[in-house]
Amino acid sequence: MSNKDAYWNKTKNHMIVTLVLWAFFSLVIFMFGSELNTMSFLGYPLAYYMTAQGSLLAFVIILFWTANKQEKIDEEHGFSEREDD
Amino acid sequence: MFKGDFIKNLPKIYGTYTGGFIVFIILMAIAEQAGVSAKNIGVMFVAFTVLIYALIGYLSRTIQVDAYYVAGRQVPTVFNGMATAADWMSGASFVALAGGVYFGGYTYMAFLVGWTGGYVLVATLMAPYLRKFGCYTVPDFIGTRYGGNLVRACAVFVLFIASFTYVTAQINATGTIASRALGIPFEAGVWVGLISILICSMLGGMRAVTWTQVAQYIVLIIAYLIPVFWISSNVGGGIFPHLMLGDEVARLGELEQQFGLVKNSAADMKAAGVPGGLKYISGTHSGVPEGGMAVWKYLSLAICMMVGTASLPHILMRYFTTPSVRAARKSVAWSLFFIFLLYSSAPMLATLSKLALMDPNLPTGIIGKSISEVQSIEWVQRWSEVKQVFIADFNGDGVLQLNEWFMRGDVVVLATPEVAGLPFVISGLVFAGGMAAAMSTADGLVLAISNALSHDIYYKIIDPKADTAKRLLVARVLLVIIGAAGAYIASFRLTSILGSVAWAFDFAMSGLFFPLVLGVWWKRATRAGAIAGIVSGIASGTLYLLWVFPKFSVPIFGGVNTPFLGIDHLRFGLIGAPICLVVMVVVSLMTKEPSPAVQKMVDDTRIPTGKAILGKQH
Repeated sequence: MSNKDAYWNKTKNHMIVTLVLWAFFSLVIFMFGSELNTMSFLGYPLAYYMTAQGSLLAFVIILFWTANKQEKIDEEHGFSEREDD
Repeated sequence: MFKGDFIKNLPKIYGTYTGGFIVFIILMAIAEQAGVSAKNIGVMFVAFTVLIYALIGYLSRTIQVDAYYVAGRQVPTVFNGMATAADWMSGASFVALAGGVYFGGYTYMAFLVGWTGGYVLVATLMAPYLRKFGCYTVPDFIGTRYGGNLVRACAVFVLFIASFTYVTAQINATGTIASRALGIPFEAGVWVGLISILICSMLGGMRAVTWTQVAQYIVLIIAYLIPVFWISSNVGGGIFPHLMLGDEVARLGELEQQFGLVKNSAADMKAAGVPGGLKYISGTHSGVPEGGMAVWKYLSLAICMMVGTASLPHILMRYFTTPSVRAARKSVAWSLFFIFLLYSSAPMLATLSKLALMDPNLPTGIIGKSISEVQSIEWVQRWSEVKQVFIADFNGDGVLQLNEWFMRGDVVVLATPEVAGLPFVISGLVFAGGMAAAMSTADGLVLAISNALSHDIYYKIIDPKADTAKRLLVARVLLVIIGAAGAYIASFRLTSILGSVAWAFDFAMSGLFFPLVLGVWWKRATRAGAIAGIVSGIASGTLYLLWVFPKFSVPIFGGVNTPFLGIDHLRFGLIGAPICLVVMVVVSLMTKEPSPAVQKMVDDTRIPTGKAILGKQH
C-alpha cells in the first residue's frame, strides 16, 4: 500500500471516529431526553443542560481535538505543510 | 504606530479597536448621566459603529482578483474564526434566538444543537479539502471536480436560491434595527442598511468583508454578553450565569406549576385582538415533551440544520481565505468557539428574562399582579404603543395570568436590559450589536451570490477571456444589483411569505450537501451523477415545500396537506437530500467512471501538501 493510500485510510478512520462522537452528542443523547432529564448536572436537568450548553461545548472540544489529531496524521505521513505556506 | 505588515499587526489593531469601542461605551454612559436623550444615544451607537465598518471597507479596497475573491488567502486562523462567527450569526440569531428559547423551551433548542453541530461536518467532510482545492467559490469546486458548465450552473442555481432566501431576511433585519435606532420609517431603514452593507463590501470584496466582519464580531459579542452578565447579577442569578442558573431553572418549573400552562384558543385570541407575531408561554422551559413524535421532531430539525450548515456557501467560502489546509481545520474550531460564546448565552438570557417577568418575589415580576398596575409600568407602555407587547384579560379577573401576557420574541433581547433596570446605554449597545450581526451576515451572503455569478457564470461560462479589471467591475456591479434586489423585496415586508431562514438550510442541503461530500470522498462520482443529483434534490425538496407549506396551499396539490412523518416546511431538506444522494449514486454507477485525470485531481485534493488544484489566480 502506498503512503498516500495509508494516509487516506487513517484519515478516513479518523473521520468516522469524529462523526461517531458528533452523532452521540447531537442525536443519540436526545433520543433519551426525558430519561436524561431526571438526572441533574450543575443543578440543571441533564437533557436541558445538554441542549442549552453541554453538546455545544462538546462540539467545540471535538473540533479542536480532531484538528490536532489530523495534524499528527499529516506529520506521520510527511504531508504536513510548512509554516510559511 | 504599527510597524511591519498588516497581518502581523492584526492583534494590535483589533485590540486597539476593542479598547476604543469600550471607551466609546463609557463616553455614552457619561453622556446619558449628563442628560443626553435615550434616542440620541441609540443614534450615536449605530452611526458610530457603521462609520467604522465603512472606514474598514474603504481601507481594504483592492484591484486584485485573489484579494477580491478570497482575501488573498492570508487570513489567520483565529481572525477567520471571528469573521465566520459574525458571518454566521445573523440579525435573527442576535435578536430572536433568546426569544425563541423563551417561548419554545427545550424543543426550540434543537436549533442551538443544529446550528453548532453542523460545524463538525464542515471540519471533517468539507473545509480542509475545499481549501486545498483552491477554488474561489463553492460552484467553482463543483464545476472543476465534475467538469463542465452545466454542473457549474446547477450549483450556482442552488446557491442562488439558498442564499437569496436568507439575504432578504437579513436586509429586513438590518432595516428594522436601523429604523428603530435612528427613528426613521422601515422602508428608509432598509435602504440605509443596504448602503452600509455595500460600502463594506463593494470596494474590497472578500478582503473588506473579512476585516469588517471581525470588527462586527467584536461589537456583537460585547453587546450580547455585557447585558447577560449584568442582568444576571441584578436579578440574583449569580455573577456567572452559565454555571449558576440551576436553581433559577428549577424555580421556573415551580412557577409554571403555580400559574398553570394554559393554551389559548385561536378564537379567543382573535376576539381579544392580539396583534400578529406576538406569543405567550404555553410550554415548559426545561421539560422534555413525551413521546416518540416529539423526539423525532427534535432530531429531524437538528439534522436539517446541521447538514444545511455544512452546505451553506457563504460559510464554506470563509474557509477559502486561510493560508493553509491546516489553518482551515483549526479555523473551523475557532469559529465554533466564538459562536458558542453567544449561543450558550441565549438560553441563559431567556431564563433570566422569564424569571424577571414571572417571579412575584422580584420587583420586576408582572405575572400575577393586577392588570391596571402592570399597564402603568413605563416599559410596558412604551412597548405596547409599538404593538410589541399586549395584554388580554381572558378570564376577566383583572389579574395578569401567564397566558394573558403576549409579546414578540425580539423583545426578550431588546427590552430585558430595561426591564432589569439597566441604564439605557446598554440598550443602545444592544442596537449596535443587532446591527452588526445583521450587516455581517448580509455582507457575506450578498458577496457569496455575486461572486458565484461573476466568477462562475460570467468569467467561466460567458467570457473566459475577460481581463482582471473587467472581471472586478462585473463583480461589483452584480454586488450592487443583488443587494438592491434583496432590499427591494425586503422593503415590501414579504418575509412572512418568503418564509423562514430555516428554508435556506433545507435548500442548500437538498442540492449541495452530497455533491460536495461525494466530490471529495467518492472518486466514482461522475458529472452525470452530480447533475442528476442536484436537479432531483432541489426539485423534490421544492415540490415538497410547495405541497406542505400551509400559506402556499397550491391547488394542484389539493391545497393544504398534513406533513408526511412530521416533516413540515422547516424540515423539507429531509426529502430533498436523500433523493439527491440516491439519484447521484445510481446515475454515477450507470455512467462511465471519471477519467484518470479527474481521479488524480481527487487524490491531490485529499492531501494537504502540494500545489492547489486551481492556481492562485484563475
